[in-house]
Amino acid sequence: MGAFNTIAFKPEHCDGCNACMTACATAKTGSADIINSRIQVVADGDTFELALCRQCGDPKCVANCPAAALAKDDASGVIAWDGSKCVNCLLCTVGCAYGGIVYNAAAGHVVKCDSCGGDPACVKACDRGALTYLTTANIYNEVGDLEDLFVPGLAGCQGCNTELIMRHTLRRIGPDTVLATPPGCVPGMGSVGYNGLTGTKVPVFHPLLTNTASMLTGIKRHYKRQGREVNAVALAGDGGTADVGFQSLSGAAERGEQILFICVDNEGYMNTGMQRSGCTPFGAWTSTTPVGERGKGKTQDAKNLPLLMMMHNCEYVATASTAFMEDLYAKLDRAIDASKRGFAYLHIYSPCTTGWRFPSAENIEVARKAVETNFVMLWEFNPRDGLRLSRPLDEPRPIDEYLEALGKYRHLEPEQVGHIEATVRKNVEQIRGLAEGRRAAMA
Amino acid sequence: MQQTEYLIVGASHAALSALQAIRMQDAEGSITMVTRDDALPYSPTVLPYVVSGRSAPERVALKDGAWFEQNKVGFIRGAAVTALDAAARRAKLSSGEEIAYGKLLLATGAAPILPPIPGLKDVKFHVLRTLDDAMKLNKALPNTKQAVVLGAGLVGMHAAENLAKAGAQVTVVEMQPRVLAGYFDAEASSIIEAAFAAKGVELLLGAKVSRCETAGQGARVTTDTGAVLDADLLLVAAGVAPVTDYLAGSGVAVDRGVLVDDTMRASVDGVWAAGDVAQAKGFYDEAKILNGILPSAVEQGKIAGMAMAGDPAVRPWPGGVPLNTYTFFGQQAVSVGSQEAGETVRKEADAKHYLKIVMKDNRLTGIFGINVPFDPGVMWEIILRRIDLSSVREAFIKDPQKTARTIMSKTWR
Repeated sequence: MGAFNTIAFKPEHCDGCNACMTACATAKTGSADIINSRIQVVADGDTFELALCRQCGDPKCVANCPAAALAKDDASGVIAWDGSKCVNCLLCTVGCAYGGIVYNAAAGHVVKCDSCGGDPACVKACDRGALTYLTTANIYNEVGDLEDLFVPGLAGCQGCNTELIMRHTLRRIGPDTVLATPPGCVPGMGSVGYNGLTGTKVPVFHPLLTNTASMLTGIKRHYKRQGREVNAVALAGDGGTADVGFQSLSGAAERGEQILFICVDNEGYMNTGMQRSGCTPFGAWTSTTPVGERGKGKTQDAKNLPLLMMMHNCEYVATASTAFMEDLYAKLDRAIDASKRGFAYLHIYSPCTTGWRFPSAENIEVARKAVETNFVMLWEFNPRDGLRLSRPLDEPRPIDEYLEALGKYRHLEPEQVGHIEATVRKNVEQIRGLAEGRRAAMA
Repeated sequence: MQQTEYLIVGASHAALSALQAIRMQDAEGSITMVTRDDALPYSPTVLPYVVSGRSAPERVALKDGAWFEQNKVGFIRGAAVTALDAAARRAKLSSGEEIAYGKLLLATGAAPILPPIPGLKDVKFHVLRTLDDAMKLNKALPNTKQAVVLGAGLVGMHAAENLAKAGAQVTVVEMQPRVLAGYFDAEASSIIEAAFAAKGVELLLGAKVSRCETAGQGARVTTDTGAVLDADLLLVAAGVAPVTDYLAGSGVAVDRGVLVDDTMRASVDGVWAAGDVAQAKGFYDEAKILNGILPSAVEQGKIAGMAMAGDPAVRPWPGGVPLNTYTFFGQQAVSVGSQEAGETVRKEADAKHYLKIVMKDNRLTGIFGINVPFDPGVMWEIILRRIDLSSVREAFIKDPQKTARTIMSKTWR
């Protein structure tokens, strides 16, 4: 059984316009009467609640059906109703605790959502952003059977985002790869292995922090000379990319070496004890920007590494986040492709449960908040099309939602928060300007 | 001798639900399913529709051979378990074969009760519990002019409707003063009774059959109220009782059904029971009850399967809640919970509609409706969770469907 697409509801964006119900009723019955809608939005004071078939994985409506009239489709995940078998006993409605399958008097039988065959009318009708059709499951269906090229049991911290990035990216890039993992969390948790065995199922090496890009350059050129098509990939931390490793990186990018360089940005040297890096944001606690009577965390802003790489006019530059996996995978595909022509750089934000001080179960939520508050912006660049936003920057969530989720900002004073807000605003304007400049240049 | 890790006796909802739960946890352990029926798994609940012709017998199978193969299950049909040696963990089949098992699930369901009516065993009559029964009734339907149904429970009422639709003159004899007494009160039952009366079905309520005798090709039924009914088709639908005869001498404790604890474990090691055969805790008090309804069978089967496979996510049986749905002549009756466990906070009835809500300490204990929409599954969950409705009490009483959906969306979204 694969993973399935699903209709998601964000009540905070709903204003009770009923367009979804009208669209559903019209699509399913030809009548706009919302009593016939398979999706039911229920007003509760100022908020809205939802009754809709969840297309459950272990559906009780199906288990409760005595007539084999309900079945979960293996391909789409949709629970289908077979009118030629249904006996109108209504026991499915006893099994469903979500109001997802109900008797409809006009139809004379039970009705339920069938996702409109993968193109739900309710979602198309919602212009408030309350209903979305999530297709992230496609990633699992597409790559779920690909081999994980890291060994089991990497020694990452509990809830580590970087491990996710490592496994996802290498699985997609595939086995024809030589991997460079300079000092940092990536080798720290075991990519280079123990006792003479590597932690990967592809050749992996451990360059110095300073020479990752130049070593990869040599390896890539060697294979090219041999006539072999090999992906030369770096998985490096932000310190190894932005600070110590920047000279060789900048050189390789400027020369257009056919390399994919992935920066796993956890905003510091987390592996060695959580020291600051050039990517550590203003105000953040690290072990070298301590908080005490006088210290209040880092006193400088982070450098904008992906923008620096864009200025190298690389074949491809993009930022990504594990909270937006479809976007990440799409960019990964384009980065792999671009690395066959020139230098590709992918900057993936990786919240660090240990170094940023938040509960290990909340990593993806933190990553999501970073993007939704515009603290992190998702975009991509190529020399022909310029910079393109992957996600609108309008209507960000308040920055406090992000800062308050992290222990490393717990000490912040109002003026520091003000500084961060101003920095985010400035960064947004900068990126927006570049994106609009592209549009102007293209027009 | 055949050996199996899991032996499941029975092949309906509880058995299938257990099987799926086992496979969720244990992908490889050998499973054997044995059923006394010579058919693919089917639900007793679908049988009235086989009688009416709505469901073709070959289309009611809940699972097919491919499914058993895919789930690596040995499926033996047409073989009943006749004896159990729980100490040696062996079951004896009617074929004479013995099966050694690691863990055993008893899901043998129930069989019709034959009331001690003088002369009953000497006349031709039908019951309705197996696919065979249903096909026989379906065959008899076109030739039936006068039918008598003993019992006004769900089986009897469904059959009476189908017989009437097929053109027979139908009389239902029921000891209770109303139909479906297990699920509805007098006002609700009267709506159902009126629908049957309008279709020409005669209901003899509060009447007891005192004698049966053969008369011509059919049977003659005499009641204690003095009625004498001639029937070319007699259906006995006086309820069902768990099938436990094969457990004699096994050491498995049986009261009215197989006594089980909150994870469906029977009194001896390595044995579980679920569905109509099981006697498990009730929801409203701790006494162990028979609650032979399909949704309970599904839940109990799942719990038993999880417990048998050692699934750590198994949650204890919350207790049986009486619930059922009943459609008659295109109308819908739904009964969720207990009439008696609380006080009635809303009740209204007209000729076609009925709604009753019962609460105790601002918690829902039961809701009953005819042709009034609400989501029974949501209501069941609200009862099980004992959700405090004090803050939404008025709204709930006014519009139970909408308010319950709001509670659902907020509480277990």
